[in-house]
Amino acid sequence: MTRVASFEINFTRYLDANGDVIGKMPEFARDPADLIPLYRDMVLTRLFDNQAVNLQRTGRLGTYASSEGQEASIAGIGRAMRCEDVLFPTYREHGIYLARGVTMTEMLLYWGGNESGMNFANVKDDFPVSIPIATQVTHAAGAAYAFLYRKQARVAVPVCGDGATSKGDFYEGLNASGVWNLPCVFAVINNQWAISLPRSRQSACETLAQKAIAAGIRGEQVDGNDVIAVYDRFLAALDQARSGGGPTLIELLTYRMRDHTTADDASRYRSDDEVVRQRALDPIKRLKTYLIGQGAWDDRQDEALHTGFQAEVDASVKEYLDTPARAPHTIFDCLYETLPRAYVGQMDTLRVRDEAGDG
Amino acid sequence: MAELTLLDAVNQALAHALAADENVVLLGEDIGVNGGVFRATDGLQDRFGVDRVIDTPLAESLIAGMSIGMAAQGLRPVAEIQFMGFIYPAMDQILNHASRLRTRTRGRLSCPLVMRAPFGGGIHAPEHHSESTESMFAHIPGLRVVIPSSPARAYGLLLASIRDPDPVIFLEPKRVYRMLKQEVTDNGEALPLDVCFTVRQGGDITVVSWGAMMHEVMLAAEQMEGEGVDCEIIDVASIKPLDMETILESVGRTGRCVIVHEAARTAGFGAEIAANLAERGLMSLFAPVARVTGYDTVMPLHQLEQVYMPSPETICAAIRKTMAYA
Repeated sequence: MTRVASFEINFTRYLDANGDVIGKMPEFARDPADLIPLYRDMVLTRLFDNQAVNLQRTGRLGTYASSEGQEASIAGIGRAMRCEDVLFPTYREHGIYLARGVTMTEMLLYWGGNESGMNFANVKDDFPVSIPIATQVTHAAGAAYAFLYRKQARVAVPVCGDGATSKGDFYEGLNASGVWNLPCVFAVINNQWAISLPRSRQSACETLAQKAIAAGIRGEQVDGNDVIAVYDRFLAALDQARSGGGPTLIELLTYRMRDHTTADDASRYRSDDEVVRQRALDPIKRLKTYLIGQGAWDDRQDEALHTGFQAEVDASVKEYLDTPARAPHTIFDCLYETLPRAYVGQMDTLRVRDEAGDG
Repeated sequence: MAELTLLDAVNQALAHALAADENVVLLGEDIGVNGGVFRATDGLQDRFGVDRVIDTPLAESLIAGMSIGMAAQGLRPVAEIQFMGFIYPAMDQILNHASRLRTRTRGRLSCPLVMRAPFGGGIHAPEHHSESTESMFAHIPGLRVVIPSSPARAYGLLLASIRDPDPVIFLEPKRVYRMLKQEVTDNGEALPLDVCFTVRQGGDITVVSWGAMMHEVMLAAEQMEGEGVDCEIIDVASIKPLDMETILESVGRTGRCVIVHEAARTAGFGAEIAANLAERGLMSLFAPVARVTGYDTVMPLHQLEQVYMPSPETICAAIRKTMAYA
C-alpha cells in the first residue's frame, strides 16, 4: 500500500484568552490603535444584540437569534470584506451586516416581521439571511461564477455554522468552488452547538476545516474569539480569491453564549459549567485587555464608546417601533416584477383591508 | 422557415438567446460536450464556449442554487435538470429561495432563471424517468410553470421564459421531443406567457390539456368530429399563472368541459381548473366537469405505462359521457 494523499490543517491565534500575545503580531496589528475599529464593531454588535433580545423578551420583536460570544468572528469577517464583495449569511451574523452598511433599523424591521428590513438602502448585492441551513453556500458559488465570467475582482462569502457542514448543499457548493477555482471564502462559524446537537455529534471529523480537503480546496482553522486572527486570515483568503488564487474554507472556533434563538432553552441540553468556562474566553474582553495593556485604550474611552453606541441603538429601536406595518395589499407587490392578471383579484380584496387600516 | 422537432426548437431557442444576450448561460449535467442526454444543447458549447454552456458536477441542488446566485447577479441562467424525476433535491432551492427572493428583499434582488426539465411518460424509460408532477410547482407562489406542446410553442415560450424577469419552471414533454416536425421560424419572437392557446375551435365541448396529452386530445377530437361532436381545444401552456379567463369564456359558450392530464388525479392541476369552473362558471355548465387523468398510483414501469396514461379512447369516453347530459 502506498500513500496517495495526505493533508494538514493549520490553526491561527494571535491573542490568547488573557489578552496576551502569542508569537508575532501580523503587520496590520503592529500599532494597537489600528485595532480599535475592530473593537468598536464588536461592542456595537453586542449592544445591538442585547437590545434585540430585550425587545423580544418584552414582546416588541419576533423570535431572534443572538450572536453573543461570536463578535470576533463576525467583526473580523465584516472588516476584511470589501464593499464590492458579496455576503451570503445565515441568521446570526448581524454584525457582518452592520459592517457592510445595513442599518440596525433594517435588521430590527426584519426580525420584527417586516420584509422591508431586507431591502437594504445602502447595500446592493448582499443576500438576505438564509434560514434553510447551508442553502446559501450554493448561491455564493453561483455569484462567484458570475464574477469569474465577468472578470470582476470580487469575492463571494458564504457564512454558515457547524451544523451546516453536515448538509449536502454545503459540500455541493464547496465542491463546485474547487471545480471552477471560484472566488469564494467559506466561513464556518463553529459555535459548538447546532440547537441541541454538540459539535462532537455533528461529525467524526477532527476539524470541520478539513472538509475542504475532500473538495480539493484549502481549509484552515482560526480562533474565532481572537478578532486579530480572524481578520488576518480572512484578509489573506479574500486577497487570494480576488486575485485568481481560488477558494478557501475557514473554520472559526467560537461559542454561542445564549440560546439558539429566543424560542430555545439551552439549559435543556448543556451545562451551566460549560457556559461559565466559555465566558472566560470572551472575545471583547480579550481585545480590551490587550488594548488597555498597550496603552491604546482606557476605561473612560470605553464608557464613552458604550454610551454613544447605546444612544445609536436606542435611536434605531425608536425608528423601528415608529415604522408602521405595510399595507395589506403589499404582500403581492414584490411577488413578480409585474403581478400577473391571475392574482390581481386577490390583491384587490386586500385593498379593502388597506382602507380599513388592517396593517 | 425550417421543419423542426420540439427538441430542435428548444436547441434553436437556446442558441438564439445565447447569441442575443451575453448574460444568458446554460448549466446542467452532461449538457456541454455531450449536448445533453436528449441532445437539447447539442453543439452549443462548441458555438458559445465552456464558460457559457457549463457542465456541472452531478448535483441538482447545486445547479438550482448556483442559478439563483447567478440570477441575483444579473445573469440569465437556463438550467437543465436531466429528468423531472431528479428535480426534487433542487426543490428546497426552488421553493425556499428562487420563488421568493424578490418578495424577501422587497424587490432589491430578483431571480430571472429558467429550469428546464423533460417530463412525462410514454417513452419506455427506466424507473423515475416518467413522472408528471407539474402541480407541485404550480402550488409555489412566485413561480411560473410553462409547458410547451409543440415545436413552435417550445421555441416561442422558451424565449419568453428566458426573457421573463422571474423564475420559470419549463417542463418539456419528452414524448413529443422527436414525435413530429413543424415549421418554426428562428426569428427570435417570443410567445406570450400567462395565456392559454385555443388550438381548435368548436361549439359543443371544451377540452383542456397541456404538454404531450395535447396530441391524444387532438386525436380524440378528430374521432368525435366523426360522431358529430365539435370540440374546442385549449392548450393551457402556462399552468402558472393560469389564464382562467380563456377557459371560462370557452366553457361559457360550450357549457361542457373535460380536463385531461397525465399526472395523478388527486391534487393534479385539473383539480384547480375544475375548482375555478365551479366557483366562476357553474351557471354556464350543462354537465359536470370531467377529468381524464393518470391514476393515483405510482407511475408503473414501462410494461404498464400505457395503462396509466390517458388515451384517445379514454378521452372520447369522457367526452361522450359529458355530451350525454341534456
